[in-house]
Amino acid sequence: MDPVHAPGVYQGAANVIATLMLVLEFGMLRQALIRDQIRLYAAQSALISVLAIVIAADRGLPDLYALAALSAALKVVAVPLVVRRLLGRTGHDEAPGVAGSYTFGVANTVLGSIGLAALGYFCFGALGIHSPVAPAAALAIAGAMVLVAFGLMIVRRDVASQAVGFFSLENAISLAALVVAAGLPLILETAFLFDLLVAVVVFAMLMRAHHARTESLSTADLTRLRG
Amino acid sequence: MLAVIVALMAVPLAAAIASLTAPPRAGAAITVTSGVASFGLVLALVPAAAHRTLGYGSYLRVDAVSVIFMLATGFLYAAVAVYCAGYVRKETEGEEPAAARRYTRRFYALFNLFGWSMLVAPTMNSLALLWIAVEVTTVVSALLVALENTDAAVEAAWKYVLIASAGLGLGLLATIFAYFAGAQVLGQHYDLALSTVLHVGARLPHTPVRLAFMLAVLGYGTKVGLFPVHTWLPDAHSEAPTPVSALLSGSLLAVSFYAILRYFQIATATLGSAFPRDVLLAFGVASLLLASLYLLDQRDLKRLLAYSSVEHMGILAIGVSFGAPVALAGVLLHVLAHAAAKGNAFMGAGVFTVKFDSKQISAQRGAIDLLPWSGPLFLLAVLALSAMPPFGIFRSEFQIVAGGFSSHSYAAAAILVVLVTVAFLGLTASATSMLLRSPRPAAGHTAAPARGEPSVWMVVPVLAGIAVLLVLGLHPPGEITQLISRAVAQLGGAA
Repeated sequence: MDPVHAPGVYQGAANVIATLMLVLEFGMLRQALIRDQIRLYAAQSALISVLAIVIAADRGLPDLYALAALSAALKVVAVPLVVRRLLGRTGHDEAPGVAGSYTFGVANTVLGSIGLAALGYFCFGALGIHSPVAPAAALAIAGAMVLVAFGLMIVRRDVASQAVGFFSLENAISLAALVVAAGLPLILETAFLFDLLVAVVVFAMLMRAHHARTESLSTADLTRLRG
Repeated sequence: MLAVIVALMAVPLAAAIASLTAPPRAGAAITVTSGVASFGLVLALVPAAAHRTLGYGSYLRVDAVSVIFMLATGFLYAAVAVYCAGYVRKETEGEEPAAARRYTRRFYALFNLFGWSMLVAPTMNSLALLWIAVEVTTVVSALLVALENTDAAVEAAWKYVLIASAGLGLGLLATIFAYFAGAQVLGQHYDLALSTVLHVGARLPHTPVRLAFMLAVLGYGTKVGLFPVHTWLPDAHSEAPTPVSALLSGSLLAVSFYAILRYFQIATATLGSAFPRDVLLAFGVASLLLASLYLLDQRDLKRLLAYSSVEHMGILAIGVSFGAPVALAGVLLHVLAHAAAKGNAFMGAGVFTVKFDSKQISAQRGAIDLLPWSGPLFLLAVLALSAMPPFGIFRSEFQIVAGGFSSHSYAAAAILVVLVTVAFLGLTASATSMLLRSPRPAAGHTAAPARGEPSVWMVVPVLAGIAVLLVLGLHPPGEITQLISRAVAQLGGAA
């Protein structure tokens, strides 16, 4: 039997950051207030930037410093600002349609998501993909985050939570990218981030259009189109 | 040829910017000019791409496969641009001048931007840039779907942007795992160029390539409309302005399928053809089954055509799964013929909707009498979609089925024929009901609509589509045949 080695400082730091991101994903899943969801998203995005800096420092990848700065400017500052300004205009920052938008109730939602996270963790872990840049456990955690983000988009019946779910899905994919594709050219990473910004603006415009027509952020009544 | 490619990237983009600032009447002229010029530029690429791959650095690459998809988009962009000149005028009739101006400007700007994004996507060499281009097609078309600003349009746009973006999230994961696979051979820093990855395809590790292919089929398959991730498609197609529905169905789905084909190339180079073919066969049969059943009971004309698109994307997936060169040639011809046929069908549906003031099939009666051009042309479009000779889809589906038999996929070929026949029944039953029942006043009207076409601009491009379908069915031009042969070889069909 192979001896079990304790992870080094770098590996430990990367795993802790990835785990914190997953915990914040669960926070977003159960938050009743949109502004708190956005704060958690900003915190999760900040953790991605911190992880990028940790990897840049330990593995000697200077491009990742620039990526961390760009990512922080966009995801920690710009995206929350865009969404908050929009919600400020709708006046539905704490709407009951959002607080009560769980499909299955909070406890069932969280329990189901724990199952999803376990499934994602073990499935991605079983792939046996080892990166020279970041620890494999972080990839498994990214897999768990992807499934929980999908769960968030499915179980919350309001446009704001669904949009936050999509943004956090992008964070989960960014975590996976840091683990297995840290060497991706900066120009491509920048293009990804720009694309996210465009997507956020379009999401925001459609959220506003939805609110203007229904005077609610709830998606419970989006049932006209069937068959 | 670089100048042609750069012009192709610049013309629709410039048209989008100009449409936003120009007077509304000029918007139509700018869009028609841009559409026709773009199609001309794509045609100019055909002779070169039929003989060699045009590569410019790590980020730009045009080969035979790219040009086939660009041809489909270029033709449809040009045809629908002409159609828009009549459609937008009809759509804004009776509105306040300021509101009509605002709608017209937004429509033409987004329409040109949509055309641009779909023309640019197949020119991308990097898989990462390909993903970005496909994501841009999503965000632009989501705004177009919502443009009518009705409750149903906003609902459809929200479902579309959420489901398609989530699906493309999986597409992004596919890109990342493809990068990881390449990094095992090429080192940690490389540009994810398709040509580079294909060059080392045989040496890539299997697990990440397998994962990347599965994620690509699921992720890009969401935009293609493959079952079970097709749910946005009927809603978005039915609620978008009709010219946009034509582009969504004839071009956008194909562009997303193009992305799957690129991953198919990589997976085949690394894993051999069995695994990727089996995956596509499963998704293709499921999509075709769902669509053919839904086609039997549709009440909304545009939803009917949307499910027909799911059917045809299923046929493409099954055709690729056969792997035989003749089937791959059929698939590539199908991309071109489906663009023309589905464009025609949606343009006809737009005329019907304007004429009868309803999208409901039951409200559209006697179209063959009331619309002397659009009625018969719609019937021809439906027959073309149902793979009737002498149109292009007959030839392409015949090749696909022949490829199925030649690759000994007898059961799959038989299922394909049966389900296509079921789809034919659904399509023709609805079409004959709309065309041949005697006219009667619509709800809220005292008399049946008067005989006549709403606009000549809404008829001319349909005639062009029929001409293309006849040419592709009877005798495809030599350079197109050469282009398809080269594309088949690039996809691995020559082996």
